[in-house]
Amino acid sequence: MSLFQGRDTISLRDMNIDDLWMIVRIAGEVKAGKHQGCLGNKTIASLFFEPSTRTRLSFESAVMKSGGSVFGFADPGSSSQKKGESFSDSIRTVTGYCDAMIIRHPVEGAARLASEVASVPVINAGDGANQHPTQTFLDLFTIYEEFGRLKGLKIGIMGDLKYGRTVHSLTHAMAMFGAEMVFISPPSLKMPAPILSELTEKGISYRMADTPEDAADMNLDVLYVTRIQKERFGDPQEYKNVAHGYRINNETIEALGGQVRVMHPLPRVDEIAEEVDDTPNAIYFTQAHNGVPTRQALLGLVTGGIV
Amino acid sequence: MERAYKVYAINNGTVIDHIPTPLALKVVEILGLGNRGIFTIGVGFQSKRLPGGKDILKIENRILLESETDTIALIAPDATINIIKDGKVSEKRIISIPETIYGVMQCPNPNCATNKLGAHRHFKLEDKQEMTYRCEYCERVTEIIPENLTAPE
Repeated sequence: MSLFQGRDTISLRDMNIDDLWMIVRIAGEVKAGKHQGCLGNKTIASLFFEPSTRTRLSFESAVMKSGGSVFGFADPGSSSQKKGESFSDSIRTVTGYCDAMIIRHPVEGAARLASEVASVPVINAGDGANQHPTQTFLDLFTIYEEFGRLKGLKIGIMGDLKYGRTVHSLTHAMAMFGAEMVFISPPSLKMPAPILSELTEKGISYRMADTPEDAADMNLDVLYVTRIQKERFGDPQEYKNVAHGYRINNETIEALGGQVRVMHPLPRVDEIAEEVDDTPNAIYFTQAHNGVPTRQALLGLVTGGIV
Repeated sequence: MERAYKVYAINNGTVIDHIPTPLALKVVEILGLGNRGIFTIGVGFQSKRLPGGKDILKIENRILLESETDTIALIAPDATINIIKDGKVSEKRIISIPETIYGVMQCPNPNCATNKLGAHRHFKLEDKQEMTYRCEYCERVTEIIPENLTAPE
């Protein structure tokens, strides 16, 4: 029996380096054609209490590609919570219909609560601003696929570092692998102090930068770009001014040494110029596609289809 | 003139001294004493240790559990706890802030499952020196804010 069978996947905080290696390794095997049909006869519930097209489609594709069946809802309008049923009761009911449950919810901690009342494994597909562990798994798998290792890489993380759960989880995970990190953001959207203290405690080397060019001397392996959201700024003009400085184009890549691989959790708006898409530096669409084998691996592991 | 007594002496129960003024009522609240038996409160006594004054709480016929007295450390880390049996101090209890907090602290994150979905409040100690706790649900780290401490769920 694998470490994962029957286990909930709620937060990166519940995972150690061996867990992450296991998912990355199995995702690679799935992508190479192993573990076909690992969800045969399994029924997976996909409960999206808030819309999220990319994550939902990727999960549902993962279930179907592995021979499982999937049911659920794509927005809260279709759930019985509209009729006043409590969240816990909804979960207690659905747990009897499925072999594992994928949950997306706008409230932070919803997936943890679901895992306490469900008798089947719960996978957190995003709980508000808190955690989205499978995004981090697919990020790690993509980095591993590109570099053949996860240890000792140099990674720049750019954009909204204050509110972005993706970058918080990635930072947490890359710290486990001893990455050297640079955090590139506008002053108002800097990485929160508690996360920086954790890095210091773990002896992780990091620095802060205002622009990607400030990290030119680092010879970054990866530049992980995230969107700066308009709603974080009171003044639309201030947003425009800030966002403009955080746009990656071929010139930026050249300034970073030309070797850097560019990642993005998508959707992108203006942060990466389209001219980058056709360069070997752009791996963000591969990254998005890797969501499927990564989620197949996780679903196979938690349901016991992959042992 | 010396006061005859500060708060009426008790024969059996728990005496909590050196609570910074005016937090005795908060201690009553987080212990959930409410209408559960007799307790007396003295507020605003002079204290060498606490320049802003101290409160005393005497709970009759009830020996608080260690998990309860440790909760007091969240707002009164220098409080002294004496367990009284047959009119004598039977135990001087040292308190330290708890590793976990159940029920008595409200998560300051309005979008937390404890505030929105009825999850039971549960925090784990994050940093003893800083006295910060991490919510088990939304995972936010919070300092102890007396206003966020309430009666147990």
